[in-house]
Amino acid sequence: MTAVTPAPPSTAVRPAPAGAVPPGRPAGRSRLRTLAGFAFGAALLFAVAPLVLSDFRLALLAKYLCVAMVAVGIGIAWGRGGMLTLGQGVFFGLGGYAMAMHLKLADAGPGGMPDFMQLYGQLDELPLWWRPFASPWFALPATVLLPMAVAFGLGSLVFRRRVRGAYFAILSQALAAAMVILLIGQQGTTGGTNGLTDIKGFFGYDLDDPVNQRMVYFIIAGTLLALLALTRQLIHSRYGELLVAVRDGEERVRFLGYDPASVKLVAYVVAAGMAGLAGALFVPAVGIISPALIGIVPSIEFVIGVAVGGRATLLGPVLGAVAVAWARTALSERFPGTWTYLQGLLFVVVVAFLPGGLASLWALARRRDVAAQPLRRGRLSLGRRRAERTEVPAA
Amino acid sequence: MSGERLDGLFVRDVRVSFDGFTAVDGVSLEVPAGDIRFLIGPNGAGKTTLVDAITGLVRATGSVRFGDEELLGRPVHRISRLGIGRTFQTSTVFEELSVLQNLDIAAGARRSWATLARRRRGVPDEVAAALETIGLAGRAADLAGTLAHGQKQWLEIGMLLVQDARLLLLDEPVAGMSHEERDATGALLELVSRDRTVVVIEHDMDFLRRFARSVTVLHAGRVLSEGTVAQVQADPRVQEVYLGHPVDAGSARTGLEA
Repeated sequence: MTAVTPAPPSTAVRPAPAGAVPPGRPAGRSRLRTLAGFAFGAALLFAVAPLVLSDFRLALLAKYLCVAMVAVGIGIAWGRGGMLTLGQGVFFGLGGYAMAMHLKLADAGPGGMPDFMQLYGQLDELPLWWRPFASPWFALPATVLLPMAVAFGLGSLVFRRRVRGAYFAILSQALAAAMVILLIGQQGTTGGTNGLTDIKGFFGYDLDDPVNQRMVYFIIAGTLLALLALTRQLIHSRYGELLVAVRDGEERVRFLGYDPASVKLVAYVVAAGMAGLAGALFVPAVGIISPALIGIVPSIEFVIGVAVGGRATLLGPVLGAVAVAWARTALSERFPGTWTYLQGLLFVVVVAFLPGGLASLWALARRRDVAAQPLRRGRLSLGRRRAERTEVPAA
Repeated sequence: MSGERLDGLFVRDVRVSFDGFTAVDGVSLEVPAGDIRFLIGPNGAGKTTLVDAITGLVRATGSVRFGDEELLGRPVHRISRLGIGRTFQTSTVFEELSVLQNLDIAAGARRSWATLARRRRGVPDEVAAALETIGLAGRAADLAGTLAHGQKQWLEIGMLLVQDARLLLLDEPVAGMSHEERDATGALLELVSRDRTVVVIEHDMDFLRRFARSVTVLHAGRVLSEGTVAQVQADPRVQEVYLGHPVDAGSARTGLEA
């Protein structure tokens, strides 16, 4: 094709500024800023926090950082991919239970059985599906791969059938409810409502020892930073751009020759893996995993933190998740009855008035001088997209 | 791209029904390679539905061939990969991505996952060429959402170019454009039709007279008339459809003559 246009359409538009800059991120400066940001984050998590916080507060922070890992995944699936997933508790739970099962078996010693099984289950021997979890070589990869496999199976079924928006949200939430019912129903082998509790050791280290608790905190902080680095690479890759395109115009992407279902599937599976890893690390940090920690309510709480922080940004979900989790602890101690309402109100206010989350305040402030910048339209409609107008009436 | 095969579109007895309503009722038409074919007809004539059928968006019976490939029965993204590209009545660029990103995505349907996992470095050649062709080289870094209406339509056409579409199906590409923008769009169509086949749905009769090489008139899901602009304009059946009653030639100003 020639570059010569008989009557260039550009005659009707404003002249090109000299030396058009490749869009996206001007490489050099942004990379330096990112490195500085990571260094700052690492200093904060590894040096400042352990010095300033008491053991008790540091353990709480470890718990919040686990929630933040789930949030990073939701940021990818929802913020970048437009999939409002209200059931991340399922993947968090799968990771958590896989880890807890292994730790319970390790606590019980070779040939032993977890205490609760004799208590409620009156079982004489370990159920078959528990056995592989005795090996760390199975249990540890399973904390991530099991949630990813479930997400892959579910996503393959759902995205190809073009289930999306509110329907996808409801479906994912139903999955969380189903998982809780299943766990409670199988009390003899899952610990029922109590969950798997009283976990004492973590690969030979006594979890009651504050030094070991601190080590668990460091592992969690390091993992979170690694997930952030991975996410940054993902959203700045070509795939990351494609994912945004699928979010904003799924049908259009299909007409460009892509299969949007597989694009979404990747983001969903990655988010599930992150939630699984978070669940796995939550167990040694808190010492328990139970249905109450993975059901509908915690699943929605994960999403609230992401919405508050800013779902389409890298750091927004993390900061939002930690802030909401912290507020929950602080406020629910003082006003136990009202926290739920406050949390709901916070969600509604953010969704209605600040769809980009708190992160968009920062972006707005930065852009205030650029007069020509149009106000960005709200982005929170439950996956409603322009291109859906071209939907098949009866496919 | 000049070395590529130039193919024609063959539509044979295509029917589309929605719950008993037949939107396209046995349409047959041939668009020879390199043509600029305009599809016109009153609202509800089945123009967009026909394009939907060709691109796999709605289920249809009959046969649609592009070159040697049968299109009916294939999923949308497979049809697209055979070199069929389309635009929509409402512009559907990705507003939160830059112009360059829009084009880069359009160019990338055959990329491997390994390529997708990496960052884009620089501007691919075909994207740079398309930026020049559609006259948006100076706005490559801007978000597509900040473009003017006409520019969005050009970006859409540019996306079809980098997508390597050899058949372009454009649904009202000049709706809402200024005169200058229409002229530029027409010139763009003539340029791209050198090595592609172009089908345009359009209501703008002035635009049609200037840039159509051939015209097919659809009415109530059927082909009413076909030929050059002059032939179609002279066809009394076409005048009847556009005016709602028979006319003696010359006495009335039809939509076609306006």
